[in-house]
Amino acid sequence: MSNAVKDWTTDYDIFSKEYIKDPFPIWDEIREKCPIAHTDRWGGSFMPTRYEDLVAIAKDIEHFSSRNVLVADVMPAPDDERPELSEEDQQLIQQYNVGAPPITSDPPVHTWARKLLLPPFSVTSVAKYEPETRELCNDLIDGFIGRGRADAAGEYAQQIPPRVIASMLGIPKDEAETFTGWVRGFLELGLTNPELREQSARSIFEYMIQQVQDRKEHPKDDLITYLLNQKVDGEPVPEPHVVGTCFLILVAGIDTTWSSIGSALWHLAQHPEHRKQLIEKPDLIDNAVEELLRAYSPVTMARYVAKDTEYKGCPIPEGSKVLMNFPAANRDPRVFENPHVVDLERAKNPHIAFGVGIHRCAGSNLARMEMKVSIQEWLKRIPDFKLEDPDAVTWAGGQVRGPRKMMVVFPA
Amino acid sequence: MTKKVKVDPEKCQGHNRCYAMAPGMFKVDEYGYATPRGTGELKTEDDIALAQRAVDNCPEQAISIVDE
Repeated sequence: MSNAVKDWTTDYDIFSKEYIKDPFPIWDEIREKCPIAHTDRWGGSFMPTRYEDLVAIAKDIEHFSSRNVLVADVMPAPDDERPELSEEDQQLIQQYNVGAPPITSDPPVHTWARKLLLPPFSVTSVAKYEPETRELCNDLIDGFIGRGRADAAGEYAQQIPPRVIASMLGIPKDEAETFTGWVRGFLELGLTNPELREQSARSIFEYMIQQVQDRKEHPKDDLITYLLNQKVDGEPVPEPHVVGTCFLILVAGIDTTWSSIGSALWHLAQHPEHRKQLIEKPDLIDNAVEELLRAYSPVTMARYVAKDTEYKGCPIPEGSKVLMNFPAANRDPRVFENPHVVDLERAKNPHIAFGVGIHRCAGSNLARMEMKVSIQEWLKRIPDFKLEDPDAVTWAGGQVRGPRKMMVVFPA
Repeated sequence: MTKKVKVDPEKCQGHNRCYAMAPGMFKVDEYGYATPRGTGELKTEDDIALAQRAVDNCPEQAISIVDE
């Protein structure tokens, strides 16, 4: 069977090289021709692409459940060789796919689980990590600035979020490399390698179980201890819940943010006028971060259809998967003027890169802080840089889109 | 008649966009949920423009400007 997509509206493949590298024209086509596309690939799914549809579906939690938020249940094998998974493998995957509250919860559990998690990720709470994030960025830059050449994805963007998360969780930062391996194994490389995916999930769970046990005996001033000390209806939060939430924090907090930082640098490497603008008007940074989030939103989530429903005349049966294509919504011309133009001064930008409704990304303030600091520090030290070879940049995609290897050159 | 900025607590999901662009006009609690500071009264044209900017950037359409 040939895997080439002939019609994106009825047969899209979010794991195809074409989609991962340049999804924008594909979204434009789907959005205008058939705004809610469907595919039979990877277990089958529906995919809305218009802003108003994404918002409406995200808010209809009665029909569109978050019990499974991964974009593929059947993990694809590389390229042309994509065998069906054994039942045992599927069960294993399923076992580790669930239990990352509150991202995988519906109300009523979602309500208290989220309330638990929001305060440590508030604007004020994440500001505490800003000075060490700045220091980290500079340490990383010290490592390559003399060379005049660096992998801005692998040596910079990818290095930042795991260390900040490690710091929040009270875990030694030198273990960040291990985390990065696990998270890529789970969310990125694991998409084409079910064994690696399962192994990675198990490693994270085992590690977190150990950490939670350790904090019970030796409480520290960190997020794990904070979660263990919280009460729900007068009772301590169940331990598996704490472990699941720690799993979520690690998996959701790492490659999403590094993808955003990477895409931002990819853009800036090719737009000297935007670098100049940010250097001359430093106050523009917050607005610029929002615009880069809009234009290069990394995350596509999924919803599980909990009961038969119909959306705008399109019947969606129970058990279906809906891909929450927030990135496509953020390029919808119905809401965003000149959506494909990056305008760092854009005044009207209600983007939904962090989702919309009750599952709005709990780590959004942390992600914004990391983006802002990593762009600021890079531009301070390396104001002039460009892609060594635009065609050589490699991208990951599917659930989380961002550059993975991106050589840039600059005056040493 | 005065103009006031309002936040619908049923719609706000704590994105913090309004607070980030107008910290003098909005405050947020530890969960990120926003409310106008004071009475929310918009006294100047600049206030109205800033409030409109918050309206335009709220992903939840939770903010409005009303005449009272």
